Amino acid sequence: MFAEISTDIQAMLPEIVLAVYAMLALIGAVYTGKDALGRTLVWVTAAVMVVLAFWIGSQEITERAFGGMFINDGFARFAKVTILLSAAAVLVMSIDYMDRRELLKFEYPLLVALATVGMMVMVSAGDLMALYMGLELQSLALYVVASLRRDSVKSTEAGLKYFVLGALSSGLLLYGASLTYGFAGTTLFSGIVEAVSDKPSLGLLFGLVFMIAGFAFKVSAAPFHMWTPDVYEGSPTPVTAFFATAPKVAAMGLFARVVHDAFGGVVGDWQQIVAFLSVASMFLGAVAAIGQTNIKRLMAYSSIAHMGFALMGLAAGTAFGVQAMLIYMAIYVTMNIGTFAFILSMEKDGMPVTDIASLQSYSKSEPLKALAMLVLLFSLAGVPPMVGFFGKFYVLRAAYEGGLTWLAVLGVIASVIGAFYYLRIVFYMYFGEDRDGLDKGGSPVLWAFLMASAAIIGISWFPGLNLFGIEVIAEAAAATLVE
Amino acid sequence: METTILFAPLVGALIAGFGWKAIGETAAQWVTTGLLFLAAFLSWIVFLTHDGVTESITILRWIESGSLSADWAIRMDRLTATMLIVITSVSALVHLYSFGYMAHDENFKEGENYKARFFAYLSFFTFAMLMLVTSDNLIQMFFGWEGVGVASYLLIGFYYKKPSANAAAIKAFVVNRVGDLGFALGIFATYLIFDSVKFADIFAAVPDHVDDTITFLWRDWAALEVIAVLLFVGAMGKSAQLILHTWLPDAMEGPTPVSALIHAATMVTAGVFLVCRMSPIIEFAPNAKEFIVFLGASTAFFAATVGLVQNDIKRVIAYSTCSQLGYMFVAAGVGVYSVAMFHLLTHAFFKAMLFLGAGSVIHGMHHEQDMRNYGGLKDKLPWTFRAMMIGTLAITGVGIPLLYVGFPIGFAGFVSKDAIIESAFAASNSYAFWMLVISALFTSFYSWRLIFLTFYGTPRGDKHTHEHAHESPTVMLAPLGILAVGAIFAGMVFYKPFFGSEQSVGKFFGYVSADEYHEEAHVPAFTLIAPAYAAGDEDKDEEHAINQVPGEGAIFHHPDNHVLHDAHYVPKWVKLSPFVAMLLGFLTAYQMYIRRPDLPAKLAEQQAPLYNFLLNKWYVDEIYNVLFVRPALWIGGFLWKRGDGNVIDGGINGLALGIIPFFTRLAGRAQSGYMFTYVFGMVIGIAVLLTWVTLGGGAK
Repeated sequence: MFAEISTDIQAMLPEIVLAVYAMLALIGAVYTGKDALGRTLVWVTAAVMVVLAFWIGSQEITERAFGGMFINDGFARFAKVTILLSAAAVLVMSIDYMDRRELLKFEYPLLVALATVGMMVMVSAGDLMALYMGLELQSLALYVVASLRRDSVKSTEAGLKYFVLGALSSGLLLYGASLTYGFAGTTLFSGIVEAVSDKPSLGLLFGLVFMIAGFAFKVSAAPFHMWTPDVYEGSPTPVTAFFATAPKVAAMGLFARVVHDAFGGVVGDWQQIVAFLSVASMFLGAVAAIGQTNIKRLMAYSSIAHMGFALMGLAAGTAFGVQAMLIYMAIYVTMNIGTFAFILSMEKDGMPVTDIASLQSYSKSEPLKALAMLVLLFSLAGVPPMVGFFGKFYVLRAAYEGGLTWLAVLGVIASVIGAFYYLRIVFYMYFGEDRDGLDKGGSPVLWAFLMASAAIIGISWFPGLNLFGIEVIAEAAAATLVE
Repeated sequence: METTILFAPLVGALIAGFGWKAIGETAAQWVTTGLLFLAAFLSWIVFLTHDGVTESITILRWIESGSLSADWAIRMDRLTATMLIVITSVSALVHLYSFGYMAHDENFKEGENYKARFFAYLSFFTFAMLMLVTSDNLIQMFFGWEGVGVASYLLIGFYYKKPSANAAAIKAFVVNRVGDLGFALGIFATYLIFDSVKFADIFAAVPDHVDDTITFLWRDWAALEVIAVLLFVGAMGKSAQLILHTWLPDAMEGPTPVSALIHAATMVTAGVFLVCRMSPIIEFAPNAKEFIVFLGASTAFFAATVGLVQNDIKRVIAYSTCSQLGYMFVAAGVGVYSVAMFHLLTHAFFKAMLFLGAGSVIHGMHHEQDMRNYGGLKDKLPWTFRAMMIGTLAITGVGIPLLYVGFPIGFAGFVSKDAIIESAFAASNSYAFWMLVISALFTSFYSWRLIFLTFYGTPRGDKHTHEHAHESPTVMLAPLGILAVGAIFAGMVFYKPFFGSEQSVGKFFGYVSADEYHEEAHVPAFTLIAPAYAAGDEDKDEEHAINQVPGEGAIFHHPDNHVLHDAHYVPKWVKLSPFVAMLLGFLTAYQMYIRRPDLPAKLAEQQAPLYNFLLNKWYVDEIYNVLFVRPALWIGGFLWKRGDGNVIDGGINGLALGIIPFFTRLAGRAQSGYMFTYVFGMVIGIAVLLTWVTLGGGAK
């Protein structure tokens, strides 16, 4: 008995370590320096996350703990490493910004750490209970983080909207979970997959649809996306950067986990739904972003469109589709970290600026940063040879090979429309009229993140680098999820 | 050594083209010229030491894709060796000549740099041409083929400030595209049938594919015939044969050295070279051969008639080139490839000389090109006159008929042209024979007309120009002198290896090995009539065929192809006919331009329709204008304004400026900021999904 529990705990030790760290640090900070410790805690939290990422990355086994409720496999580890590294990166990037606006409270890194624990549980969930637990832990932490700037109307509005709509989506998800449990008689994915294997009842499919609606809310796929622009705009920019990266990976991982592990036998039934979400997101993201003048809102729509592409890989319903999705998400996260590093550095007279037009003729004052941003924007738009192109190429290929040629064609059209608003920023930076530009210089940390991200995006297509081997890793990860 | 020959011009072109600013224009000229002379020197060594055995020198692997494989390789055989000396020699001399000719050019302003560019183009052309002739597969050949096309385009349009030069360059390019389409299709068809583009593989496999067919449109066609015709279409474009000839006269817009190098001696003969190179296929395509002979003979005749009345000195020579190329195609078409190459070789010498001589006249006359404004230049330009005279004697075919001293006695053109005419007769193709004989008469007439109008009579035209007429500098005259040697002796020296007897030709072209080779018995060294007759008529029907395997040696003769042998046994009147035609042409020209200079004008008046018909080149350009150019312009305009402008631009703009912004506004309005709107959206979304599942997947 004890030995069994010991192996179970062994399997989820990283999660436990991070959770215990977060709680201990919380208690410790309350009794000692409080906000004065904020900066230190951010660094320590980031360091802990990076260490955990390497630890998780070095594991190789596939194991199920707690009677199958928790799964530690290659797929989960791929997602976890991405989540941990991006969360750590966003934390480090946010120090300067938060500090100057007196937002660097000691709770901030710890809330992020707790959200991260939730995400890690999400992608490892093997049971509806574990799924919901991880999801809520993540969401509750994020609601608070969104309204971290309590004296700002917009920030609190963002937090409130996110909370209310998130509660609704949680309700939908729970309703779906209970329907599924009712018809399958079990909450374990491995049990559900047996129940749906021959001919799924309509009740099970209804359960699936409600759960998918809940996931779609989390990945901000249309038509469950509407919270995204408001929350992105209202939250402090570092929080927006966090929203755009780690939680998306977690939710997408959970999405893939459920549809493949629990409903892998009825691919045809959910394929159409996912494809619909994918098309709706791609087009809505592309079309609506054109009208935006605020770069944070624009990035919100951009992430909606990108989630549409990632869902395209999932819609293929194959191992290659999951591989494509994982690659897409990894690339997406890398691009977004660089882009948000740039957005965080956009300041005029020491005040943050988010108006796109303020970037006019930016290339003249900051040629190197403008070039890095150009690389990132080209990559976001999917211009070869930037890595973003390969991400799109993988999902398009997955859709085509999965028999969804129409989806691939629509994806290409959507990406053409979407290219417009990315290129408009490039146009402003290089060909815009001369005006008083943004402040020069800025945080060296942000500069480093921007340059590193642009360099990775700009060069990893070189022959020999092969996207730093992510293809092989993603393939192995996808293989553990889809046999 | 072969590699050096091949890449020396490229190195020169790169240095002159990209490095002239560093080394200066004069140095760039010297570098290119020096490298070309080096290449020419090495080429002669290669030519003289070559033993006729085919070898392949691989430079690098190029394309490997499935069964398609093509290397950069040099195929060294007699054809290549012959082309090497022609190309490098003429090119080297033209480089040298250009020092003088391009020294001052009124098409460019003072201080403008154009010389290095010109020399770079010349060298680049030479490289591409060498690439073409040394290729050991069709793809590499196509590379060279297109390379010379580009160089030709650049050089025709060298005076880019003249609209007419630009138009001529574009015309040359477009007309060549038509031929290149045929060539490309020919390559595809070859690959389809032989599953290889390498000459060695193709030739060896020819006997296995004699009965293959290709289905096209409504019936099956013999595959080898189709390939032969398609390849010949490519040759027609490059060698300015009838139908696709219109670009060559216009190409005279380029500087005269270019005309001598590209549009007389080398590039335009690429078509002849191609047909000879593909002889193993051509030999198995009798209908295609007929077609080649017909078109070659017709071109020879057509171009000669037009040449009769042209007034521009360079255009006369251009039409003459066109006509002589027709001769070569007749030779290739009747299956005596060695004779085609023979005329190619001699023609390169005397035609290059005629062009360079004409360039010298033009240079001396301050860029006046109209012969009606020449006259009496014999004393002003004595050396040019002598050179042009030798060239004319060579092209009209002056020699001593029926005399044989181990070789015939006569200028280069006499030996090679007569060989073609005799071959045409021996092939029992009377159409080709008579066309060529009549063309010989016309050739003689227009060539002497050129000489008489230019050098004899009284000076006409601008007096001032005539007073300042001057002989060209030595750098321009020296190449003329060297070419003169070739124009006089090339025919006699190379008679035996190219036309002498089946044995000697076979040895030269590498399909009769040194062990098998034997001198034809009892041929006397000196005879007043042709050697075969001296050997006795009974020899005619003797067993003489050399059984040759395709791919062995540089050229291939079908076992049933006895033309080369039979050409030595033609009746005496046949041997005399071109000579007589030449005399008639000379006398007519003498009568009309020396004794009665008023006659031509009267004749032109009397026979106005015929005169205008010829002067306007049979109205071919006008017909093409109506048939192709205007419809193409109309279609282009339609697609541009209606198709691209209205449909595509309209569609894209309508989409981008109308429809998408509409949806953008819609999406913006949906994003109201009110939470109940968002909730409503989510509920609608889930309702849609549930309906979908209920109606679609779930109901099944």
